[in-house]
Amino acid sequence: MDALALARWQFAITTVYHFIFVPLTIGLAPIVAGMQTAWVVTQKERWLRLTKFFGKLLLINFALGVVTGIWQEFQFGMAWSEYSRFVGDVFGAPLAMEALAAFFVESIFLGVWIFGWDRVSKKIHLASIWLFALATNLSAFFILAANSWMQHPVGAVFNPETGRAEMESIWAVLTNNTLLAAFPHTITAAFLTAGTFVTGIATWWMVRLVRSRRPEHIETARTVYRPAVRVGIWVMIVSGAGLIWSGDVQGKLMYEQQPGKMSSAEALCEGTESAEFSILAVGPLHAGCEDVDHLISIPGVTSFLGTGQFSGPESYLPGVYDVQEQYTERYGDTTASGDPVTYTPPLAITYWSFRLMIGLAAFSVALALGALWFTRKGRVSDNVWLSRLGLLAIPMPFAACSFGWIFTEVGRQPWVVVPNPTGIDQIRLLTERGVSTAVPPGVILTSMIVLTVVYAVLAVVWYRLMHRYTIEGAPETVRDESPEAQEADDSDRPLSFAY
Amino acid sequence: MDLAILWFVIIAVLWTGYLVLEGFDFGVGMLLSILPRGDREHREKERRVLVNTIGPVWDGNEVWLLTAGGATFAAFPEWYATMFSGFYLPLLIILVGLVARGVAFEYRGKIADAVWARRCDLAIQAGSWIPAVMWGVAFGNLVRGLLLDADHQYVGGFWALLNPFALLGGLTTATLFLLHGAVFVALKTDGDIRRRAARLASGLSMVALVVAGGWAVWAQVAYSVPWTWAAVVVAAGCLVGVVVATRARSEGIAFTLSAVTIVAAVVLIFGSMYPDVIPAVDGGVALSVADASSTDYTLTVMSWVAVFLTPLVIAYQAWTYWVFRRRLSTRDIPAPAGLSWQKIKDAAF
Ligand code: HDD
Ligand code: HEM
Ligand code: HEM
Repeated sequence: MDALALARWQFAITTVYHFIFVPLTIGLAPIVAGMQTAWVVTQKERWLRLTKFFGKLLLINFALGVVTGIWQEFQFGMAWSEYSRFVGDVFGAPLAMEALAAFFVESIFLGVWIFGWDRVSKKIHLASIWLFALATNLSAFFILAANSWMQHPVGAVFNPETGRAEMESIWAVLTNNTLLAAFPHTITAAFLTAGTFVTGIATWWMVRLVRSRRPEHIETARTVYRPAVRVGIWVMIVSGAGLIWSGDVQGKLMYEQQPGKMSSAEALCEGTESAEFSILAVGPLHAGCEDVDHLISIPGVTSFLGTGQFSGPESYLPGVYDVQEQYTERYGDTTASGDPVTYTPPLAITYWSFRLMIGLAAFSVALALGALWFTRKGRVSDNVWLSRLGLLAIPMPFAACSFGWIFTEVGRQPWVVVPNPTGIDQIRLLTERGVSTAVPPGVILTSMIVLTVVYAVLAVVWYRLMHRYTIEGAPETVRDESPEAQEADDSDRPLSFAY
Repeated sequence: MDLAILWFVIIAVLWTGYLVLEGFDFGVGMLLSILPRGDREHREKERRVLVNTIGPVWDGNEVWLLTAGGATFAAFPEWYATMFSGFYLPLLIILVGLVARGVAFEYRGKIADAVWARRCDLAIQAGSWIPAVMWGVAFGNLVRGLLLDADHQYVGGFWALLNPFALLGGLTTATLFLLHGAVFVALKTDGDIRRRAARLASGLSMVALVVAGGWAVWAQVAYSVPWTWAAVVVAAGCLVGVVVATRARSEGIAFTLSAVTIVAAVVLIFGSMYPDVIPAVDGGVALSVADASSTDYTLTVMSWVAVFLTPLVIAYQAWTYWVFRRRLSTRDIPAPAGLSWQKIKDAAF
C-alpha cells in the first residue's frame, strides 16, 4: 500500500476507535451529574448509589477517551501535513479553542470530582461534575466546528499566492450551518448511546433481582434500578426525537452542499424525481451503481430527506452520474499528477453505512418501548427477554455512531476539504493531496501496526473492566463523605478515594 | 509587537507550563521503583503514595501539551506540519508512552492484584522515562536545526535525529524531571519517604548541574545568542539553591527553584531558536517565525481567546492544587478498592 492508503486506514482506525468512547462520555456525564443532583436535592440514598455505580463506569470509559484523544491532536501534523498546511489558518483555531476552553475544564474538574468527595463541599463537588459534563459537550462543539468546515468551508478565502485557505470570519466558522446541524445530531446520538447503556444495564439488574424472589432484592429492584431504567428511557425518547429531527436537517443540507453524498447514500445512478429509499440492495455495489437492484423500497423517502418533497419536480435528486459530470466540468477530470479522478465515493460503504446508522437505532426503540411498558405504573419486571434485549441493545448505538461517521467521512471522498458550491469553491483539497509527503509508507505502516496492537490490548482491558464492574452493581452501602457530614477534625482520616 | 512574535512567546509559555507541570509527574513516575523501601507490602503502599500525589492533577497537566499542539496548529500551521511529520517516529513513541501511562494511572487501582499492579507500574515507568528522554531529544534537535528542503519538508531521516547534542539533551530533560519529581515528592509527602526524596533530590541536583550545565553551555556556545547566557546562569544558580533548600527542609522553595530551572531551560531553547521556529543545518533552509505563522486575522482571534482563557485556566488549576494540598503518607492510603483478579476473570466471556 502507498502512504495515502495507509494514512487513510490509520486515520479511520484511530478516529473510529476514539469515537467508541466519546459518545458514552458525552451522554453519561450529564446523566451521572443529574443523578448526583437528585441525591443532593432529595437526600435519597438510591441516587447516591446510582451515582457511584454509573460514575465508576463513566471513569473507566473516560480514561480511554482521553488517551486515544492524545493521538488525535497530533496526527494531522504527522500523517496529514499537507492538509495541515492548507487548512491550518482556519482549522487550527477551533482545535486550540477546544483544548483551552474544554479539555482543561474537563480534566481538572474531573480530578476534583474523583478525589474530592471528602475534600470540597457538597455544592462544589456537584458543580465539578456539571462542569465536567458541560465541557465534554463543549469539546464536541469545537471539534465538530473543525470537521464541519472540511465538509462545508465558510468564513475563509483562498490565497493564490500561498495556495492556502485563510480565515476571514471566526463567527462564520462557528455558526456554519453544517455545524449547527451536525452538533445536535452528534450530541443526541451520544445521549441515545448513554440512555441505551443506562437502561440496558439497569433493566438487566432489575430482572435479575426480581427473579431471585427474595423480598429485599425485589425492594432494591424497585427503589434503585427501576428509577435508573426510567431515567434511561426518557433520555432515549427525547434524544431519539432530536436525532431524527437533526438527521433530517442534515439531509437537506447535504443535498445542497454535497449532492454526491446524497446520491451515493442511495446508490442512485441517474437523477430522478421521487427518489425511493431502499432497505436492501443486491448487486455489485463496489463496481458502481449500474447493476444494483433495490429491493424493498419506500417511494419518495430519499427525495424527502434531501428536498422536503416526496414527489413532483421539486423532489428531483441528481444521480451519481450527474454529479460526476458536473464536478468534472468544474474541477477537471485529472488530478495534479495526471491520474483520472472519480467524484463518486465507494458506494458499497456509503450505501450500507447510512442504512446501518439508521437501522441499528431500532434496538434502542424496541428497548425504550419494552422497558416503558414493563415498568409502567411503578411495576418491576422479571421478564428475561426484556433483560436480554437490554444487553443486546447496548452495543448497537455505538455501532450506529461509527457508521454515521463512516458515512459522513467516506461520503465526502475524493475530497478531504469539499468545495462549497454556494461559497468560494477555490477552497478545496483532494484527499490524496493532504497526506504527508515527507513520511515514508513504512513509517506510517509501523505506526498503524503499533497503534492497532496497543488499541486492541486496551479494548480487551476496557471491556473486561466495564463488564465486571457492571456485574458488581450499585454499592450496597454508601455514606455521605462530604466535609459537612464529618466530625470537626478530619486531618487523620485516610483518603476517601485513592488510586 | 508583531503578533507572530507574540505567538512564538505564547507557544513557549505553553511548553513551559507543560514541562514544569508534567515534568514533576514524569519524575514521580520515574521514581516509582526507585524511592519505595521496606518489605513488599510497605513498598506497595509507598508506590500508592507516589501515584496519589499526582492522581488528581496529572490529566490537567497533560492538557498543556494538547494546548501547545493545538495552538501551534492554529498559529504556525507550517511549523506544526513540518515538525510533527519530521518527528514522526519519535513523536509516535512519546504518544504511545503517554497512552500507556495514562491508562495505567487510571486502571491500576481498579483491579486489586499484585501482578496487575506490577504491570501498571511498568507502564507508568516506561511511559514516564521514554517521553522524559524523548522531549529532550526533540528540543535538542530544534535548537540544533533540522535539514529542511525548500518546501519546508524534513529530509534528514530518522537516524540524524539521534546526534550527540540531541541525545545529551534527552539526558538533560530526564535528569531535570527526575530531580523535579523528587522535590515534588518531598513537598507532597510525609514520613520516611519525604526524607528519602529530599536526600535524593539534593544528590540529583548536583548531577543535573553537570549534565544540564554541560548541555546548556554546549547549546549556548554552538547555537545560541548572547542574551540567553542569563538563562544558563539562572538555571545553574537554581540548581545550587535546590541543594541548599532541600537540606534546610524548605521544600516549597526547593520546588520553586527546580521549576525555575525548567523555565530557564525553555527560555534557552526558544531563545536560541528565534527568529526561526526551525533553524537550518548546513545545506538546508530555515523555517522562520514570519514564514510559518498564520494570518493576522487568525492570530488576532486566537490572541483574544488566549488573553481571556489562559488566566482563568491558571486560576482554577491553581485552586485544585490548593484543594489537594494535604501531604500524603502511608497512613492516608485506604485499603485497595479494586476488584479481585479472580472476579474479573470469571466475568469475561
Ligand atoms: C463529538 C465529539 C468528539 C469528536 C468528533 C472527537 N472528540 Fe476527542 N474527545 C471528545 C469528543 C470528541 C470528548 C468527549 O470530549 C473526550 C472523550 C473522552 C474525553 O476525555 O473527552 C475527547 C478526548 C480528546 C482528547 C483528550 C482530552 C483530555 O486529555 O482531556 C483529545 C486530545 C481529543 N479528544 C482530540 C480530538 C481530535 C483531534 C479529534 C478529531 C479528529 C477528536 N478528538 C474527535
Ligand atoms: C469521531 C468521529 C469521526 C469519525 C468516526 C471519523 C471517521 C473517519 C473515517 C472512517 C475516515 C476515512 C475515510 C476514508 O479515507 O475513506 C476519516 C478520514 C478523515 N477524517 Fe474523520 N472522522 C471523525 C471525525 C473527524 C473530525 C472531527 C475531523 C476533523 C476535525 C476529521 C477529519 C478527517 C480527516 C482529515 C480524514 C483523513 C482524510 C480522509 O481519509 O478523508 N474526522 N474519518
Ligand atoms: C432517522 C434517523 C437518522 C437520519 C435521517 C440521520 C441522518 C444523518 C445524515 C444525513 C448524516 C450525514 C451528515 C453529513 O455527512 O453531512 C448523519 C451523520 C451521522 N449520524 Fe445520523 N441519522 C439518523 C440516525 C442516527 C442514529 C440512530 C445515530 C447513532 C446513534 C446517528 C449518528 C450519526 C453520527 C455520529 C453521524 C456523523 C456526525 C455528523 O455528521 O453529524 N444517526 N446522520
